[in-house]
Amino acid sequence: MTSPYLDYTTGDPIADTKAPAGPVAERWNRRRFEAKLVNPANRRKHTVIVVGTGLAGGAAGATLAEQGYHVVQFCYQDSPRRAHSIAAQGGINAAKNYRGDGDSVQRLFYDTVKGGDFRARESNVHRLAEVSVEIIDQCVAQGVPFAREYGGLLDTRSFGGVQVSRTFYARGQTGQQLLLGAYQALSRQIAAGNVEMHARTEMLDLIVADGRARGIVARDLVTGRIDTYFADAVVLASGGYGNVFYLSTNAKNSNATAIWRAHRRGAHFANPCFTQIHPTCIPRSGDHQSKLTLMSESLRNDGRIWVPVRAGDTRAPADIPEDERDYYLERIYPSFGNLVPRDIASRAAKNVCDEGRGVGPGGQGVYLDFADAIARLGRDAVAAKYGNLFEMYARITAEDPYATPMRIYPAIHYTMGGLWVDYDLQTTVPGLFAIGEANFSDHGANRLGASALMQGLADGYFILPATLADFLARHPHDEIPPDHPAVTDAVSEVTDRLYRLLSNNGDRTPDSFHRELGEILWDKCGMARTDAGLREALERIPALREEFWRRVRVPGSGSDLNQSLEKANRVADHLELAELMCLDALHRTESCGGHFREESRTDGGEAERRDEEFSYAAAWEFTGTGTAPVLHREQLLFEYVHPTQRSYT
Amino acid sequence: MNLTLRIWRQPGPDSEGAMTTYEVSGISPDMSFLEMLDTLNEDLIERGDEPVAFDHDCREGICGACGMVINGDAHGPERTTTCQLHMRHFTDGETIDVEPWRAAAFPVVKDLVVDRSAFDRIIGAGGYVTVATGSAPEAHATPVAKPAADTAFEHAECIGCGACVAACPNGSAMLFTSAKVVHLASLPQGAPERETRVLDMVGTMDDEGFGGCTNTGMCTTVCPKGIPMSSITTMNREFLRATRKGGGSR
Repeated sequence: MTSPYLDYTTGDPIADTKAPAGPVAERWNRRRFEAKLVNPANRRKHTVIVVGTGLAGGAAGATLAEQGYHVVQFCYQDSPRRAHSIAAQGGINAAKNYRGDGDSVQRLFYDTVKGGDFRARESNVHRLAEVSVEIIDQCVAQGVPFAREYGGLLDTRSFGGVQVSRTFYARGQTGQQLLLGAYQALSRQIAAGNVEMHARTEMLDLIVADGRARGIVARDLVTGRIDTYFADAVVLASGGYGNVFYLSTNAKNSNATAIWRAHRRGAHFANPCFTQIHPTCIPRSGDHQSKLTLMSESLRNDGRIWVPVRAGDTRAPADIPEDERDYYLERIYPSFGNLVPRDIASRAAKNVCDEGRGVGPGGQGVYLDFADAIARLGRDAVAAKYGNLFEMYARITAEDPYATPMRIYPAIHYTMGGLWVDYDLQTTVPGLFAIGEANFSDHGANRLGASALMQGLADGYFILPATLADFLARHPHDEIPPDHPAVTDAVSEVTDRLYRLLSNNGDRTPDSFHRELGEILWDKCGMARTDAGLREALERIPALREEFWRRVRVPGSGSDLNQSLEKANRVADHLELAELMCLDALHRTESCGGHFREESRTDGGEAERRDEEFSYAAAWEFTGTGTAPVLHREQLLFEYVHPTQRSYT
Repeated sequence: MNLTLRIWRQPGPDSEGAMTTYEVSGISPDMSFLEMLDTLNEDLIERGDEPVAFDHDCREGICGACGMVINGDAHGPERTTTCQLHMRHFTDGETIDVEPWRAAAFPVVKDLVVDRSAFDRIIGAGGYVTVATGSAPEAHATPVAKPAADTAFEHAECIGCGACVAACPNGSAMLFTSAKVVHLASLPQGAPERETRVLDMVGTMDDEGFGGCTNTGMCTTVCPKGIPMSSITTMNREFLRATRKGGGSR
């Protein structure tokens, strides 16, 4: 059987029509000036739905409500404070240049375009760098307790291999503190009656009528009730799709349903194969593993990564003499050593494990050794820098990283791909916007450390409120009848599917399918991808999907809290999205950023990007479950940052 | 490891609940407590029974979603969140009691899931700084002494899990509320709303049906983030100060 997906066709090219022409540094100002405004007295008349309450959604909901719009907001968690942005550790980038170390908007722009391996849009990235400085002001004013120096000013650190110190942080809990800032601003608007908040409520479909997004279908997770909500615009801030891999650093309930249902209703999905694998996660301890835990990559500043020289060496690390250890990053990349970028470090770890030299259970791990750092700096100095991370590691693994090397292994961490959006963050469905990790816009094929928080807050606080006003001003409020066929169709599709899941009476759990899908993706569409492997995945995924609908078992009813039903419904969407990811990875025969094709390497064995053929964003149009999608290319132009091949040797 | 679990099962908010006994086997000491429950739930689904409902999400100890009373202790025997508790802290053959947070202000939704939305309403009553997006002054315009910034951070670490309420014999939310009051009162940015904030938050806390504080210290003992008992003292002082200043609530 060959996958029908292989017969995908190429449609008209797609272009961003919203970014103004002219010098890149003036485009955002110009767009803001040209955007139409909504009279403050008229804003109450406009309802905006926001799905998700993370950094992007929380910031957008609070800001739009403050400005006078009527916001109806949703999250599947029991409180908007628990969105997974809360787990971000490292920090947030901003071109403040408080250190006087040569940072600027221009440099942050340059670093982000280059770090994204030249697969992001210059206009968007420049705007992100401009807005970054305002984010810090906003968060400080909200009372976000950033780290400070004794003089009372904000501290910064360097991150992810860039040469300036532009990362603001709150110990290892920057995401938590920024999210609580947005959550508190949102809570103020909820209390004031400007935001109608629906916690424990999950979006299950998008209502598109007469060519425009008009609302959503959502399920109250406690009562099981299916309701429709109408609005003048819908904003998806539902995060990324890393959980399609089953094991990832995402929250257990993070899911792709909102963006996937929007895709099925006409929103193009861009670059789904661009996923980021983080090199420093705690390895899995067994088949029971339910998720993976990241440890800040700052550990690579002082830890040395190694594996035994000999395959199958099962001696304890302390018994392996120095000359039988392979510090492979230092050996292969002498100038960057242990500090090579995330994608390179991850692939190198995979390679040594594939050679049978991995350590720990299942041979899926490498050592991260602090013995030299402890000898050089002393235990106390190492504890002062990394104490909380060492504690976390010890709690999870029951090993003492001061005495024995840590074991680490790469894990799925972030997805650069997402819904295609124009400069206004609007998808291909008019009135549907996507912000934060849910869209594809700013990170190209690889995201730099401490840039996800920056993008989420930039979109939510500053960019969307300006561009959404333009849309609302151009589309006066009108209503569709609640019995419009688009509404009844969406509702019956949702209820039919839930009914089908509940009445299936199969013999396999939703999680068992999710695990199996995750294994296929990790093997075939993970750190290294091949033509043959991706073709195999494109055969296995539809077969697994068919088996899912035949054999899945969901106990309980649809009329109360039913976590198996929630899970099964999300896995059903993962089983469709996974197929598109593999097709995207198959069609992009170059290597770039987080997407490494074994066939596309330089003579030195490193990733080889092929700009002549692939300098575009791939925006996929849905045509039906299991039928070939249509590819629309958005050509990328680089007027300011000229593409170069990355080299770290 | 083989374990006997006695778990609180309650089909819905208005139904009767009961402790129900389950046996689980093949539990690895490296599993987290929630992964042990996952194992039980997979077995239950395969048998066509309803799995045990429990809240969880990040499984990294930061989102605050998970929480259950394990052998009488909120989050169990270690001072951490339930998701970061590992089975190596239990012994083979042990019987483990698992119950939801018990507090008047946290009604049970189903099994181990409770409704903690009262916490959101306490924050909405004043746990913020009023600052419209885009109106903020330059970040370095107001220096903050490092000790004050550190105090603010230590209180801002609260994850809103509700263990403090569950452990308190009075079902009090003083530690949760005081953590936010002290966080914002420590910073110059929080000063303009200092009085209204504490009065409104405490008022809402009382209205939501949380009990009073009798200084048992159970809250801080179980707090996975180590919010100190002094937080409550400071809030009481802030409350008194605001009352004396005649700063009526908003």
